[in-house]
Amino acid sequence: MALNIVSWIAVILILVASCMMFINRDWRMQLGALAVQYLSAFWLVTLHLPFAMAAAKLVTGWMVVAALGMTRLSLSNLEEKEDTLGQRGQWFSIILIAIVVFVTAGATPRIEAVVPGLGLQVIAGSLLLIGTGLIHLGLTSDILRVTLGLLTILTGFEVIYAALESSILVAGLLAITSLGLGLIGSYLLTAGSSTTEIVDEEQLL
Amino acid sequence: MSAPVIWILIPLLAGVLILLFLPERMSAVAGGIVSLILSFVAVMLPIDTALLLGTLSIKISASVQVFGRSFELNTADGTLLIIIYGLAALWFFGTEASGTANRFVSLGLMIVALLTASIAVEPFLFAALLIEMAAMLVVPLLVPQYQKPGRGVIRFIIYQTLAMPFILFAGWMLAGVEASPGDIGLTTQAGTMLGMGFAFLLGIFPLYNWIPMLTEEASPYVTGFLLWALPTFTVIFALGFLDRYTWIRTSPQLSGAIQFAGVLMVVSGGIFASTQKHIGRIMGYAAIAETGLLILAMGLKSIEIVNVTFLLLIPRGLELAVWALGLSVIKREAFSLQFSEIRGMVRKFPIAVTAIILAHLSMTGFPLLAGFPSRLALWHELANQSLVTSFWIFLGLLGLLISAIRTLAVFVMAEENTAWSWNESWIQAGMLTLGVIGLFILGLIPQTLQPFLSKLPELFEHLSQ
Repeated sequence: MALNIVSWIAVILILVASCMMFINRDWRMQLGALAVQYLSAFWLVTLHLPFAMAAAKLVTGWMVVAALGMTRLSLSNLEEKEDTLGQRGQWFSIILIAIVVFVTAGATPRIEAVVPGLGLQVIAGSLLLIGTGLIHLGLTSDILRVTLGLLTILTGFEVIYAALESSILVAGLLAITSLGLGLIGSYLLTAGSSTTEIVDEEQLL
Repeated sequence: MSAPVIWILIPLLAGVLILLFLPERMSAVAGGIVSLILSFVAVMLPIDTALLLGTLSIKISASVQVFGRSFELNTADGTLLIIIYGLAALWFFGTEASGTANRFVSLGLMIVALLTASIAVEPFLFAALLIEMAAMLVVPLLVPQYQKPGRGVIRFIIYQTLAMPFILFAGWMLAGVEASPGDIGLTTQAGTMLGMGFAFLLGIFPLYNWIPMLTEEASPYVTGFLLWALPTFTVIFALGFLDRYTWIRTSPQLSGAIQFAGVLMVVSGGIFASTQKHIGRIMGYAAIAETGLLILAMGLKSIEIVNVTFLLLIPRGLELAVWALGLSVIKREAFSLQFSEIRGMVRKFPIAVTAIILAHLSMTGFPLLAGFPSRLALWHELANQSLVTSFWIFLGLLGLLISAIRTLAVFVMAEENTAWSWNESWIQAGMLTLGVIGLFILGLIPQTLQPFLSKLPELFEHLSQ
């Protein structure tokens, strides 16, 4: 019973973190939300995988957050990109997230009926992550947000796939993929920005 | 020593060593030699077969265990390894001539190693993860440190990443389909998942929009390599699915969907290519059309699936290498590959222009060139199944031919009294000439591929029965 309650809290945390990542435009908050997402996903993964394997996923996820954070921090002298959706767009974002929540609520019991044993919390958490990740990808071309979207989708997939496949090789390859995506995101964030930084450094001197 | 160590671990380590220790001018030769040696070893030492050298007995074992799963390269994979590393050597030797950066060879070797791992991993559906990792390694090649990433590369990484979950889920569902083949609902879901996964991986209409974007914004040589490597291994991966799950081949709906996707790719690729004004984008659309032909070959209801598919795959590597190298040579002078910038280039770069046009014509299936025998074989098989499909393929290839003629027209539009000159370096001229000779050899004497093609069906036992 207690396990179930904690698992539902993890799902709620995922929802809150996803909303925050999607609506908040501050990259620090977005990365914080990603870290919370990984923590919640870790809990859901432990329901099906051994603690050590789930912990490896959590550590990898936080490494990704750290890599992205360090990169973004080094680019803080660059201008913040304009919000593409604007203030009114926030309502649009909330509506989109509401749609994801409704779809998740509708689909979770059906999937549990088709594939018994996954657990409602695992399915709900996974669908929420995949749904919000897809919304991210659909609405932005900003590199950081695209990376966050892809990582969110991948985390959602990892949560549900952990219940289906417990191979260490797959867990390892998925962890490498997450880390790789984070590093690629960091690389793309820095690509082409060196000229600007040099100019800024020269101005400071 | 085991086969996965030789053909996966060694190139992976070689890539790392080249990246860390070798200077730029040495990397092309080093990478090329490593690939050539690996190809040569595949010719000389059959996997899992004992060889006696005097009193010494050598045997390369087929598999290696990693975290409870195995990586296996069997005797039948030997032919595939010869082709893969042979073509990779061609790409790496061409790096110096194309002026592509140092890390192309090192990362390229790692990419080929990962993709080879994708055909070796058991269960084979885990290949989706390795293909995704290879796709991620391509990104630093596509976007140099000094360049802002364009939309093409972002879409590329999104689509490749989305493909992986679909294929892994489909693989899990297919196990259920095997257990209860009568469950139509599950079969449909698994088929849809699998279709979506491969649509993202291969860039099936309309998910190929990143290809022309990339050919416009990134280095033509790197994009050409990407358009060779990823679809080649994805097709081999897809053939694995077709071989293992008979119902995918026999299902009329799925078979029809595969054919429809192929036709759509060929026709749209051909038509869009004929309307472009950028020769890089034209190469992208030609690659799309060729991928369509590969999909059509995989959808054939014939025991010739494997032969026709590989007959298309092998020249594709050479065509794209020659085309991309020619474009790289031109781009160094013209900076942009727009028609307006490349007018009259034939008088400055006659060899590069000839190579581009011949590679382009080869992709259209022009007689005497490498692409002709494969298209003829495909057409022959398709005509037995549907004349309408054959007609649509003709239309797509006609579009490619129109784009070749337009490109040629722009290349020869030189100002009056412009003198002919030869601005290619010796190495560029040599590589391009070798490539063009290869195109003619494969077109005039297609039997040269027979030793490889005769052994490849062993890889996919059920497809060839």
